[in-house]
Amino acid sequence: MSVIEVQNLCRYFGETKAVDNISFNVEKGEVLGFLGPNGAGKSTTMKVITGFISPTSGTVRILGHDIEQDSIEAKKKVGYLAENAPLYGEMKVGEFLAFVADVRGYEGAHKFQAVERVYDLTGIGSVAKQTIDTLSKGFKRRVGLSQALIHDPDILILDEPTDGLDPNQKYEVRTLINKMARDKCIILSTHILEEVDEVCNRVAIIANGKLVADETPAKLKARSRAAGALSVSFEGNAPENVLTELAKISGVARVEEISKKKSNAVYLLYAQNNAVILPAVTEELTKRQWPYASVGLEQGYLDEVFRTLTNTGRN
Amino acid sequence: MNNINAIFKREFKSYFATPIALIFLVVFLVLTGFFTFKLGSFYEMGQASLASFFAWHPWLYIFIVPAVSMRLWAEEKRSGTVELLFTLPVTLFEAMVAKFLAAWLFLGLALLLTFPMVLTVAYLGQPDYGPILASYIGSFFMAGAFLAVGLFVSAMTNNQVISFVVATFLCLFLVLLGYSPVQELLVKISPDLMLMLNVLSVPYHFEAIQRGVINVGNLVYFVSVILFFLVSGAVILDKSKAD
Repeated sequence: MSVIEVQNLCRYFGETKAVDNISFNVEKGEVLGFLGPNGAGKSTTMKVITGFISPTSGTVRILGHDIEQDSIEAKKKVGYLAENAPLYGEMKVGEFLAFVADVRGYEGAHKFQAVERVYDLTGIGSVAKQTIDTLSKGFKRRVGLSQALIHDPDILILDEPTDGLDPNQKYEVRTLINKMARDKCIILSTHILEEVDEVCNRVAIIANGKLVADETPAKLKARSRAAGALSVSFEGNAPENVLTELAKISGVARVEEISKKKSNAVYLLYAQNNAVILPAVTEELTKRQWPYASVGLEQGYLDEVFRTLTNTGRN
Repeated sequence: MNNINAIFKREFKSYFATPIALIFLVVFLVLTGFFTFKLGSFYEMGQASLASFFAWHPWLYIFIVPAVSMRLWAEEKRSGTVELLFTLPVTLFEAMVAKFLAAWLFLGLALLLTFPMVLTVAYLGQPDYGPILASYIGSFFMAGAFLAVGLFVSAMTNNQVISFVVATFLCLFLVLLGYSPVQELLVKISPDLMLMLNVLSVPYHFEAIQRGVINVGNLVYFVSVILFFLVSGAVILDKSKAD
């Protein structure tokens, strides 16, 4: 039995099909990243998994509990941070968390401990006595996260947990997720492709309500055209005629200019018949004394794979 | 039970977290005073009774109760906290009952604060306390019935203005069914219809209680209205919570 089992999930809003026959399982220790354009069905899928809206057809099981037949038991296992982290703004942070702990069944000293525990985890103890409406966006997001963590759930569903946060706050949230990843089962949605690399060990791409990819970030990147090509980057201006000169190196089939800016330029060299071209290229670069900054095998570009997958889904 | 208790406490406290409670209580007390002494000709009647005070309650509640109920679900839906609430292990009916009880207690508190009225009649003469006590109880149940209607309407929309206007209209309807000018019209259509609608109207039951006898039938009426709209509201909310 998987921790989360989603089978043939469909959800309509009127005539619109928001989620179209999605199936996947998530196991303990997995951090599954939902990627997809806006309106692709990521949030709807999460809302169905957390039991907020019911599926039009298909089933969701949380640790064996059906989200429709046995929704209360299922909801007890899940911590959920909804999009934009909705909170009761007129409450104080401490009161709010105590309320969530109350509903989660904590009483007396246990309630106090549960709240203290999330203060340590998310670092919001300093604002415990502040009214939520007066907090900054970063703190509000962390209060939302604290609320989802209060019962130390086996399953965490986070809808764009780092959206609208500054780089430091994003880093903190990602660190927190990584810290918890080992003994939980986490699904998170994001727009930020680098985030997938940093926190997820599995990626699901959703486009037009359909699941168009479900694999590890590395495998997904390997789908990129650029995967396996040799990337050469120059600090500052690239030498003249670099494109034609690089193409002359033996074994190189084609050279592509990836970026050319004032500060740096990046070129991709595709090999003929998967030939090993690294030695020949470095030799040539050294011989010509070109000021290259790095040479290395390209793993692939996630954004390119993302665009390819989500655009084909649209046609 | 634990969930109802937790949500009830949160809801009740939330009235006092903002100036809403204070503003509401002041407006309520000023209006009851105005209705009783000015429109109700309290002094001119020359009786040590609170009849002119309670007679206005149905009309006052038509506006006052929807003002309390309009935000109860509409605001949660607008701000998205409804998603927070219903992804916690809470059932729709528990949340409905908890919100109802918190708002009802708040209205009860407002009603309790009209006690200077009782002191006034006690100072002016020797009132019969039976009808006064019965009327307070009846008024409290009437407020509960209107509140359930308002909660039901609030579950349908995420717009507080719509919530207020529709709830006011429905409450007005429940009062007008028992209002004599309307009944005179209804009699012309069908006397049976008039009598039937009269029994379904709020004033019919409230006036019966005001006489000083709390009949089980009258309380059953109010409790039925409350339960009917709470259950219907939970059903509506299930369909509309994600809109």
